Amino acid sequence: MTNPIRITKRADLSRRNEILIRLLAVVLSIVCAGLALMIMGLDPIKIFSSIIEGCAGTELRIKQTIVKAIPLTIASLGIIVAFKMNFWNIGAEGQITMGAFGATLVALNVPPTTPTAVTLLLMFICAVICGAIWAFIPAIFKAKLGTNETIFTLMMNYVAIKFVTYLQYGPWIDPNGGGFPRIAQFTENCILPSVLGVNIGWIFAIICVVLVYLFINHTKTGYEITVVGQSYETARYAGMNISKIIVIAMLISGGLCGTVGMIQASAVEKTLVATIANGYGFTAIITAWLSKLNPITCVFICVAFAALIQGGAYIQIALGVSSAVSSVVQGLILFFVLGSEFFIQYKVSLKHKDKEVA
Amino acid sequence: MTAFLASCVVAGIPLLFATVGELITEKSGNLNLGVEGMMLMGAVMGFLVSYNTSNPYFTILAAVLAGAGGALIYAFLTVSLRANQVVTGLTLTIFGTGFAKFLGQPYLGSAVPGNVSEFFAKTSIPVLGDIPFIGPIFFQQDKFTYLAYIMCAIAAVYMYKTRIGLNLKAVGENTSAADASGINVKLYKYVHILIGGALCGLGGAYLSIIRIPIWQEDVVNGRGWIAVALVIFVAWNPIKAFFGAILFGGLSIMGMKLQVLGLDFSQYLFDMIPYVATIIIVVFSTHKKKKESQPPQDLGNNYFREER
Repeated sequence: MTNPIRITKRADLSRRNEILIRLLAVVLSIVCAGLALMIMGLDPIKIFSSIIEGCAGTELRIKQTIVKAIPLTIASLGIIVAFKMNFWNIGAEGQITMGAFGATLVALNVPPTTPTAVTLLLMFICAVICGAIWAFIPAIFKAKLGTNETIFTLMMNYVAIKFVTYLQYGPWIDPNGGGFPRIAQFTENCILPSVLGVNIGWIFAIICVVLVYLFINHTKTGYEITVVGQSYETARYAGMNISKIIVIAMLISGGLCGTVGMIQASAVEKTLVATIANGYGFTAIITAWLSKLNPITCVFICVAFAALIQGGAYIQIALGVSSAVSSVVQGLILFFVLGSEFFIQYKVSLKHKDKEVA
Repeated sequence: MTAFLASCVVAGIPLLFATVGELITEKSGNLNLGVEGMMLMGAVMGFLVSYNTSNPYFTILAAVLAGAGGALIYAFLTVSLRANQVVTGLTLTIFGTGFAKFLGQPYLGSAVPGNVSEFFAKTSIPVLGDIPFIGPIFFQQDKFTYLAYIMCAIAAVYMYKTRIGLNLKAVGENTSAADASGINVKLYKYVHILIGGALCGLGGAYLSIIRIPIWQEDVVNGRGWIAVALVIFVAWNPIKAFFGAILFGGLSIMGMKLQVLGLDFSQYLFDMIPYVATIIIVVFSTHKKKKESQPPQDLGNNYFREER
């Protein structure tokens, strides 16, 4: 044999070592990012401390970090439900956009005198329906024809985004906007209230975490989703209706992403814009994956990512360094963590060593 | 009309580079969703090197290396470390986008040096350029475009007429069988993922050097995703990719052109067509199970010899 490296599957890696390897990966990625910044002629210590200051330095900044963690968490939950089933829903970005569209559809058409509670409930329902429809389309094709969902959901993102862009520049353009391509601001009764200074979405996010956790681990449908995710054959043998399970899981997944759209449109942008999803749908795929599809772990990872995004926005203002640093750091962390999985699952050793032992 | 078709070609060239790149990558069984990121990396490095050296050859080289560099990260993670392909690809897009924004920030609004633009300037090819109708559309373009033609032709010959190309097909279709027949599967994957990334980088550089010769952050603007769609649309065939890229390129400028003619069509509705068309094709090809329009069998599956 010419290959001196031997790769064997690990059977027994303690939970502690597993976490240790992951932490090591994160530390390495930050060191790597620091080195890269140094080569660029920037002071990495200053940049990293500014990022921390920017995401947690004052009460307001902490609130802003939470505002960014809300969409990320709820979208990740939606993705977790789909991924549990081994259904590659990478269409969260589009489902968020369509959810925002649904909420706006209500917001622009209710009379301004409608009570806030009624308007918000209607917006919420419409957002969930629109997000769910956007997920249902690829789901039904997957269930009935076996169409590849990865590409399908990916394409649906851009159909949604272009559709909203069309509305923004065309039929829905604000007549009082002086020709500027934007949709009218929501009236007061369409805006989500705040609790403790952050929009009520955070309470909703926590409720969703609990519900999704219970759903996956303690309900029959949740269990069926996991079985379908592991093997279609097993599921079929056990007499499960796979098509129905796929559709249900994706309706939940899309519905959750739809509510993200509602929250972003109502509480953050206070209108609909084509960039409403703001990449959260894609970042959520990564956070869902990093959390190993565990809704509880996912919260912590989403908060950490939100902190990075918020910190990045801050250094742009404070240091004049491009906020893109946070995307680069995000990317690096992910690369390292993705790579570290290998060392958690496999043991790498040199062959001649084994001979000595034998 | 000829002028319009000629601008369709210009709009299609970056798509052609990226599509052929992604197609070669997918033929090796790896779905790299980092196209957008690699294009941005190529765009920014091409621009930076062009701006600082004023040398067209270095410009091309930088774009190739940047795209291939992005692809190398992806290849190492998915081929050697067996990371999930979809997640790794998306991460590469996030990384590449940040990379380009960060490096390009000081250059926002700067223009490509004159001599680089001159080097690539539109030149009519003797004889071919004089053919009525076809000449002005295809053969009175910039030199970067001719590079794309040559690349596309080489890719087609390589994939269908050479032994290595056929081996590549085997790797993508049935990795374990290819491995058993003595093909160095890992090497094939690495090489073709890197070639794919290099071509994506060139596509990005075409945008930042020729199409919009002033640096701006959203220079690629979703074209990477259109390329991912195109690969399916053209059924993994580089020759079809040539026409597909021009078609999708044409769609991306259709609305504007019609508005000039006084017809009120929204560009954004045209922008939806490539994605909708791709969805329809995905649905039909799985429904009909037509052999030549199927993706490589082992696309998206990581290969572990030990776990066969």
